[in-house]
Amino acid sequence: MAELTYLQAISDGLRTEMRRDKRVFLIGEDVGVYGGAFKVSLGFQEEFGPWRVIDAPLAETAIVGACTGASMMGLRPVAEMQFADFISCAWDHLVTVAAKQRWRAGTPVPIVVRLPSGGGFSGGPFHSQNPESSFAHIPGLKCVCPATPEDAKGLLISAIEDPNPVLYFEHKHLYRRIKGEVPEERYTVPIGKARTHREGSDLSVITWGAMVYTAEEAAQQLDGDGVSVEVIDLRSIMPWDKAAVLESARKTSKVLVLHEDTRTGGFGAEIAATIAEEAFEDLDAPVRRIAAPDTPVPFSPPLEKAFLPQVDDVVAGLRELAEY
Amino acid sequence: MATETAVDVVMPQMGVSVSEGTVTKWLKREGEQIEADEPLLEISTDKVDTEVPSPASGTVTQILVQEGETVAVGTKLAQIGGAAGVPAPTPEPEAQPQPEPQPAPAPAAEERVAVQQPSGNGKFVSPVVARIAAEHGIDPNQVPGTGRGGRVTKQDMLAFVERQPTAAPARPQPQVAVGQPQAAVGEQAEPVTAMRRGIADHMRRSLDTAAHVTSAIEVDMSKVVAAREVLKKEYQAAYGVNPTYLAFIARAAVDTLKDYPYVNGELRGDSIVTRNFVNLGIAVELADGKGLIVPVIRNAETMNLLGIAKAVADLAARSREKKLVPDDVAGGTFTITNPGGYGTFHGTPVINQPQSAILGTYALVKRPWVITDENGNDAIAIKPMMNITLTYDHRLVDGAYAGRFLRDLRTRLESWEGDGG
Repeated sequence: MAELTYLQAISDGLRTEMRRDKRVFLIGEDVGVYGGAFKVSLGFQEEFGPWRVIDAPLAETAIVGACTGASMMGLRPVAEMQFADFISCAWDHLVTVAAKQRWRAGTPVPIVVRLPSGGGFSGGPFHSQNPESSFAHIPGLKCVCPATPEDAKGLLISAIEDPNPVLYFEHKHLYRRIKGEVPEERYTVPIGKARTHREGSDLSVITWGAMVYTAEEAAQQLDGDGVSVEVIDLRSIMPWDKAAVLESARKTSKVLVLHEDTRTGGFGAEIAATIAEEAFEDLDAPVRRIAAPDTPVPFSPPLEKAFLPQVDDVVAGLRELAEY
Repeated sequence: MATETAVDVVMPQMGVSVSEGTVTKWLKREGEQIEADEPLLEISTDKVDTEVPSPASGTVTQILVQEGETVAVGTKLAQIGGAAGVPAPTPEPEAQPQPEPQPAPAPAAEERVAVQQPSGNGKFVSPVVARIAAEHGIDPNQVPGTGRGGRVTKQDMLAFVERQPTAAPARPQPQVAVGQPQAAVGEQAEPVTAMRRGIADHMRRSLDTAAHVTSAIEVDMSKVVAAREVLKKEYQAAYGVNPTYLAFIARAAVDTLKDYPYVNGELRGDSIVTRNFVNLGIAVELADGKGLIVPVIRNAETMNLLGIAKAVADLAARSREKKLVPDDVAGGTFTITNPGGYGTFHGTPVINQPQSAILGTYALVKRPWVITDENGNDAIAIKPMMNITLTYDHRLVDGAYAGRFLRDLRTRLESWEGDGG
């Protein structure tokens, strides 16, 4: 097994599928000669040619529209948004056409939209968002949010295989900071299955994406208090692994839901509500949420630091739950 | 204003194994005067029903536990003296019992008072703690809390459950389906008393434990009847005691048990326990079908007929007057039940666990009986006959052994002389 960065693992998964299946192609802004804004597809055009690694105009609606049509004609398109934030331009195509086509006409729409998301590097309000909850709310769309290189590759392959539109949220902050063993061969990570990032018995943190590492650091600090924290990495937001979350909630009876997206209407609300509905009699404390405040993401580094959930915030939240 | 010292009345500890009691009846109301040692209320535990005397003279200022409620030993039931609502000073604050939740008094019509449901000690009980408490029959207020503000956490609860000596299997709760009315039209529901619950559990457990077999024997009671006629006047005149047939049978049974130790024994785990003493239980019915109690005559093997007659009379009286204490009903090794008073001639009683046998005595009736005279001639005579059964646990007592026990018991009764020696 090779040790790859999160970004290399995404490239590896995409390359694996493009080599295996000629129907798979990549389309996006500057994905060809330039290799993509984050160099995920560096060298792809040389290997697969300009017809399978297509530089698109600055028009997300056209990119997703083209993908939807191509998929209905039998291809397996992978679209790259330069930043997840820009997907709002493609909202209509995704939500009105791609998400509903299969239910309306029985035509599968096997497209993948890659969404470099998340903040932490002063990208400001247009380059830092985590819009997964908006799309998790749309029936017909799937949303995945890998946190590890291994899952990044396996979930991308699952997303390409899947007959439904899948939004693939890749966290920019993890691209080069996170490294891990990634099998060289082709493999899939099932969509809708959570991963226990860390086992614990006293408190549960339910999270995904870059917050998995924030939770991990916080959990380590609570080890010092003699409090054992379990971290569940959801990996998929839609469908999400309710069973794994409820199992952890029943085990520890104290749950903290952590996400980088803003608080109100964030996907954590759905998780908290589900725990309250289905595991009420197993709870020993209110389900807590830690999320970004309900504002756009600030440019200013100190402000962004205040905006994004930090390890200290999670530690404080966990301590409060532990003491409850 | 408190013009006198307030005194708490708490649920008394009625025996080492008794953990809770039910208030069955208040004999005084709030505001009434009471003298020290005057009965204040009646309580019922799974072993006995009894009266609780007032610990002090004064006004009943507060009644905190309503009739029908079951509370833990030590729970404050009422307050004598002091001012209403002012808690009595408690020398040991940590031992201060917590009142159970009780319905708030109905607010007066003109002032709508917010109904306050004191939830135990006022601390929040989380859903999971409530569930574990219900499953194990634990009052969360009895559990020391380490959570915020002393809240009982799930971990506190689990640790408490672990420490429970009985490993607390869920206490059998009345099986009332949720949402179902307890009584349909024409039916009436009454709460299950602690005693009834105890009887129900005990009877079921006995049938689930022992291999019940019943053998019966017919006994010619002519000699006992004759002896009793003589002794009755003497005992009543000299001791104020009626030598009942039960006393004769008890005396004969205790003697017979010496030769049949397994009938007076117990199957305890991997051991068979036998004794050189007989603690004789006598089943006593309480009034109006309100329950059955089995007080015990300790060391019955040391008593003569008079002693047993006195003991039977004493226990029967105290049972009906609710003056028994739990030690009166503990430690029996063999039991006699006498359902014959209303004419029944046979029965199959349930063994009083962990004993191995129970003797049943039935109606004494005159019956035509074939007798053989000294010359070997058969004749029919009129005899006062009584059927006696021995219901025994066949795990320990074999049929032939039980048969010999009954034979010897009959021989003793049929050859009775005087006060039985």
